[in-house]
Amino acid sequence: MSKAFKRSITKALENPNLGGILDRWNYPATRAKAYEGVDFEALRGEISAIKGEAAGRLPELADQFQQAAEAKGAKVFRASSPQAVLDYILGLCRSKGVKKVAKSKSMASEEIHLNKFLGEHGIQADETDLGEWIVQLAHQTPSHMVMPALHLTKEEVSDLFSQELKQPLSNDIQALVKVARKALREKFFEADLGVTGANIAIAETGTLVLMTNEGNARLVTTLPKIHVAIVGLEKLVPRFQDAAPILKALPKSATSQLITSYVSMITGPVPNDDGTMKDLHIILMDNQRTAMAADPEFKQALQCIRCASCLNVCPVYRLVGGHVFGHIYTGGIGTILTAWFNELKTTEDIQGLCIGCGKCNEVCPGKIDIAGLILELRRRLGQKEGLPFIQKSALQIINNRKVFHTMLRAASIAQKPFAKEGFIRHLPMFLSGLAEHRSLPAIAPQPFRDLFPEIRQPKGGPKVAFYAGCAIDFVSPKVGLAVVKVLNQAGYEVIFPQEQSCCGIPHWASGANEMAALAAAHNLGPLLAEEVEYVMTACATCATALKKEWPHLLQQQGMAGLVPKAEAVAAKTVMFTELVAKLIQEGRLTPKDGLELQSVTYHDSCHAKRHVGIYKEPRAALGAAGFDLREMNESDTCCGMGGSFTVKQPELSMGMLKRKLDNAEQTGAQYLCAECPGCLIQLGGGLDKRGSSLQAKHPAELLEDRFKDPEA
Amino acid sequence: MSEVAMFELFKSRVEGAGAQVHRVATRQEAIECVLKTLEAEGVGSGATAIWAESSCLEGCDTQALSARVPGLGFTVTREAAKAARVGITQMAWGIADTGTLVQDGSGVGQRLASALPWTHIALLDARQLVPDLATLLTKVDPTKSAFLGFITGPSRTADIERVLAIGVHGPERLVVICVDDLEGGRL
Ligand code: SF4
Ligand code: SF4
Repeated sequence: MSKAFKRSITKALENPNLGGILDRWNYPATRAKAYEGVDFEALRGEISAIKGEAAGRLPELADQFQQAAEAKGAKVFRASSPQAVLDYILGLCRSKGVKKVAKSKSMASEEIHLNKFLGEHGIQADETDLGEWIVQLAHQTPSHMVMPALHLTKEEVSDLFSQELKQPLSNDIQALVKVARKALREKFFEADLGVTGANIAIAETGTLVLMTNEGNARLVTTLPKIHVAIVGLEKLVPRFQDAAPILKALPKSATSQLITSYVSMITGPVPNDDGTMKDLHIILMDNQRTAMAADPEFKQALQCIRCASCLNVCPVYRLVGGHVFGHIYTGGIGTILTAWFNELKTTEDIQGLCIGCGKCNEVCPGKIDIAGLILELRRRLGQKEGLPFIQKSALQIINNRKVFHTMLRAASIAQKPFAKEGFIRHLPMFLSGLAEHRSLPAIAPQPFRDLFPEIRQPKGGPKVAFYAGCAIDFVSPKVGLAVVKVLNQAGYEVIFPQEQSCCGIPHWASGANEMAALAAAHNLGPLLAEEVEYVMTACATCATALKKEWPHLLQQQGMAGLVPKAEAVAAKTVMFTELVAKLIQEGRLTPKDGLELQSVTYHDSCHAKRHVGIYKEPRAALGAAGFDLREMNESDTCCGMGGSFTVKQPELSMGMLKRKLDNAEQTGAQYLCAECPGCLIQLGGGLDKRGSSLQAKHPAELLEDRFKDPEA
Repeated sequence: MSEVAMFELFKSRVEGAGAQVHRVATRQEAIECVLKTLEAEGVGSGATAIWAESSCLEGCDTQALSARVPGLGFTVTREAAKAARVGITQMAWGIADTGTLVQDGSGVGQRLASALPWTHIALLDARQLVPDLATLLTKVDPTKSAFLGFITGPSRTADIERVLAIGVHGPERLVVICVDDLEGGRL
């Protein structure tokens, strides 16, 4: 990670405005309101089908659009590179004697740095979208695709306006907007040429669709006599009707509105007020879009409708804003677009900002697997540039079970002087940054694998194979003991295949898929050795591997022969609470009578909620066992652990943890529960450091004394 | 959806978007409603208004209207629109479930009068309401109307600290006059 990049993160975290503004908006609630009565899954199904089809037919649709628009009298220019767009516009300005340009918001024009280029050639280009104008006055780039000046306060805006207009101004937002109206009004009238982007370009009719809330696109396309629209090829859709679902979803996702205040559909030139016809130029810009369409993984990124909802829900974006991304497009999707529109290497640092929580995927109206594509970037970067030496060695060690486990045992002894009640309070100097807001867990004196043979279990019942995962095995063996106890109460015998080792998710999350596949391959034999009813894990991260990723990884890494075995494991795998909820329903687990009601708030780990879809089951199990569930605000927002993320981005990780704990504490519950030992390390460590009375617990720990014994 | 239900939905959505709705029966009442709104806006006592070409004005004595409200003009130019307090245009369609007005803005006067003044008065024949956007797209043909303008509420921004502000570039106030029969009862 470069020093400058690290500094930019620290600086962003220190800026109090960045962290607060999206929280005050309360986007999830306003978005939900806008989508009331709308079947979002169906709607995004439609959009992804339309845009997916278009992405597969870009050259053909561009031809069709060109023909239709030209038939109506527009001039269409096909540009492969940003430079070609710039040259075309400059040529047009020169031939028509254009001195001033008025622009409405266009990310495509930002992508090619049009304003700067025109300025260098003596042509003044003024942004007219309020946010874009503010950013232009501040000589900055937009920090958000929809709200470009989100990072600035009203005081800063007032200073910028005062400087530009050479008059003292107050900080009153309504007054500032009126000042801007007056100043910008003149610019529309003075401009010889108007530049817009387009939100949609309809191939069948040659129509441009422009959406603005302010109404500036209407003025930019009406007042100047020349109109230039810069349209990225991904804006193309085949049919006129295809505009409907996009017009419906974009405002809801972008600003929680039912519809954008102004939508203009322009098909060919319109008359000016002196009776002449508009000189309409439409530039269809490629800049890597057809290359993206040809990439089987990244083609789906062309389904983006630039609503920025992925930024609004991203726990990292919400802490640091957009400028740390360093380029025009920000957030998760911005990282992907930057990798293509600039080059892969430019995302070396910023891809590490993504913790892979998958929040963005849930809300994306283009149905893009944003988190998955960033992982794919990481994989390609690792292949091209190689993983850093230390990281690579660490991952290799984890993959060698004997060496790894021996190291963990050694660590358990080495940490003795620092450990207290399961947490490491005082760390050697160089690691102390990691423990600033959170105590680190201690390695348990005896791993679960050593304790397991001592457990006395009922024999003769159905069997469950327990896949413990490294964290339960070496950090929280007591969770493993509780799991076995509950399963025994349901009459199951638990077996623990001693040959099991790391599930491979740490490798996968680092983009080292070949090592992840080896980890998968290593575990299949031990898990299938004995005939069992279920394979059970009490770790959401391991569940992601066993239930979902192993078959893909093996297929991708040339071990297709093992896929049937991986699928057999996947079919049998259940999470602990998933099984408990089922056993309660089947009457095989019965809650004790007269249980004392206790209160719990449940944290949905990213892996459990979004990768394997387990979030109802733990609540059902806890509820049935006499727990009062108190939902916290944003129960499914990431806690900031994310495996190595917490080590590589400690400041961000701690910022996320703080929010999580604030939300959890506000419920007043006794316990904070999560079925993910990784999250529990993060949550428990944070609570310990705060001296909170709230206790972080695994569901197994809460449930172990709540059921009747079989014979009772 | 019944016509009554559709209008009720339209009205609540228009109001939800921060605009006003009047419902009148005849063209004559609509014109009266426009004139009253103009007076309330100060047109006649200094401020000006422009009324862009509208089919409901056909056969109407526009000079008499200007005489009643001095400052009301029927020639729409860039400069007149820039100076005007109020712009009046007739809409082609209304969309109930979003409270949206749809104009055929191919004529420049339609665009200028609806986009530049502080207040926009929009006339709509109630029979031109459709339930939703998808239905609307089956009724309009972009190859026949070079500029289709969809308008929902006044101009708005939240670009400074996400605080809503109205009237940044377009109108600050939108008044919708919905008429049972806008074409009938010529003067
Ligand atoms: S996966 Fe999470 S951290 Fe990564 S971009 Fe999406 S929301 Fe942000
Ligand atoms: S990736 Fe999805 S959520 Fe993000 S801007 Fe694009 S469409 Fe919106």
